[in-house]
Amino acid sequence: MLTYLSIIITAIFVNNIVFAQFLGICPFIGVSKKLSSAYGMGAAVTFVMVLATCVTWLLQHEVLNPLGLGFMQTIVFILVIAALVQMLEIILKKIAPALYQALGVFLPLITTNCAVLGVAILVVQKNYNLGESLTYAVATAVGFTMALAMFAGIREQLSLVDIPKPMRGVPIALICAGLLAMAFMGFSGIKIG
Amino acid sequence: MSKNKSSIATMVLSLGAITAIAAALLAWVNDVTKTPIEEARNAKKVTAIQDVTPAFTNDPIADADSIIPEGEDRTVVVFPAFEDGILTGAAVETYSMDGFSGEIALMVGFDAAGSITGYTVLSHAETPGLGAKMNEWFRDNEGKRSVIGSNPAVRNMNVAKDPGGEVDGITAATITSRAFLQAIRRAHSAFNQYCETKSHNNNEQ
Amino acid sequence: MNSKLRIIYNGIVTDNPTFVLLLGMCPTLGTTSSAINGMSMGLATMGVLICSNMAISAIKNFVPAKVRIPAYIVVIATFVTMLQMLMQAYLPSLYETLGIFIPLIVVNCILLGRAEAFASKHSVLDSGLDGIGIGLGFTIALTLLGAIRELIGTGRIFDTIIFPETFGSLVFVLAPGAFIALGFMIAIFNYFKNR
Repeated sequence: MLTYLSIIITAIFVNNIVFAQFLGICPFIGVSKKLSSAYGMGAAVTFVMVLATCVTWLLQHEVLNPLGLGFMQTIVFILVIAALVQMLEIILKKIAPALYQALGVFLPLITTNCAVLGVAILVVQKNYNLGESLTYAVATAVGFTMALAMFAGIREQLSLVDIPKPMRGVPIALICAGLLAMAFMGFSGIKIG
Repeated sequence: MSKNKSSIATMVLSLGAITAIAAALLAWVNDVTKTPIEEARNAKKVTAIQDVTPAFTNDPIADADSIIPEGEDRTVVVFPAFEDGILTGAAVETYSMDGFSGEIALMVGFDAAGSITGYTVLSHAETPGLGAKMNEWFRDNEGKRSVIGSNPAVRNMNVAKDPGGEVDGITAATITSRAFLQAIRRAHSAFNQYCETKSHNNNEQ
Repeated sequence: MNSKLRIIYNGIVTDNPTFVLLLGMCPTLGTTSSAINGMSMGLATMGVLICSNMAISAIKNFVPAKVRIPAYIVVIATFVTMLQMLMQAYLPSLYETLGIFIPLIVVNCILLGRAEAFASKHSVLDSGLDGIGIGLGFTIALTLLGAIRELIGTGRIFDTIIFPETFGSLVFVLAPGAFIALGFMIAIFNYFKNR
């Protein structure tokens, strides 16, 4: 139990995927202008990340490792993620049109979200078992959504402020992200158990 | 853009061909780089062992022994150094889970009497500029920083801040320092245990 | 200007992947804790980009439009994996420093972006040149960011001491400094561009 708790706290706060590991920055900057789209993106990433981690973990341990094809990891993982996103798009459209309406726009963007591939590779590197891997994926996605939502809140305020022209848009957003990252550094060194 | 029509046949054919070429290329590169990768992985360990141990004539990796220190559940690997059949010391691959950002792995060298002959940090995730200084700090001759030449059986390997401690910790990185010294103590007890089992076995023979 | 040189110039200045297109942010922030790390990451990406651009341009006439994206991904992933294995074999310490960002070159938007926007429409030679230009633009940006962070953080550039470390502000080597330094760099770039 303690291992799982430790994985969750570490993935959300101590090693936040955006502020400490620098993964998933593109959607972080791109889709964080409005709070509502931040939640949509967060939900879509959570969905894909958990599914992708599950499939790639099984592939790595049941197919690639026994066959000695570990070196095909990158190519197999990225294809699986791309296919998964496509399939998800088609299935959602058919089965849950309402959910598709909400997440649809974000799905194509996720294939090139390095957080998804990053987590799939990281759980293999860290030698997690399936349960730990899925916990890690969920917690990372929660951390990502939280970062996105916090940031979107700040950017909604920023749009009302008079900022020097060259700093408008991405530069000021990056500096705010830096200050948030500083706040998150306060979590480093936390240990459970 | 493309002159080919997107029929099922051409799609499957072209994708199949590309994947086949890619797989063949990768298998070839994998074949070529397999041995160098293996060597590169070992080379790090070999240089670390050479750096920290007294002179040896055997192959420490071939003679390596896994030890489980008393009351713990994880193994520590001892790479013994022999010169003409006599144990001159050993390199011990040790660890601590209590670093500021998780695990710290060290290679620590001892002479036959148990004094530290050297150490190398194998891997860590400590804060750059603070805890990451440990690779230089604990061999620095200033104050009570250096652990080189001391025997953990004689000198209290704890940070000076803690009761009885006789080693100066890194400024602003006490947690890292504690973890580092814990790894050193763990290595020393593994080395002692190794020496005991060896002399025990020799007596029986 | 010579049209071939123009392609390279565009890659470095007009279409600079970091400052103008804002692509490939993750490695830009994650690997620039020192000038040498930033430069290595830039060069690694450039190597893959040149190869993938040329290969994609060479196969552009055989691949049906509908499956071009998966085909591009396979090509890019192949080169990335090759780079991964070669680095593990011959540059193991660098591979360890750059860590997960090497396999993640696959999802660097710059590669797929250039494949779609340039390589699928131009000759093999031009695509190679575009790879060099964009790659250089990326490398220069990463090296610059790495150098600035290393200088402010530790008082050094490429390990050469410029001022004593005690005057450094460590935070620039850590995560927050990456965001802040890049933010100011883009702002400065914008300022000169719009003057």
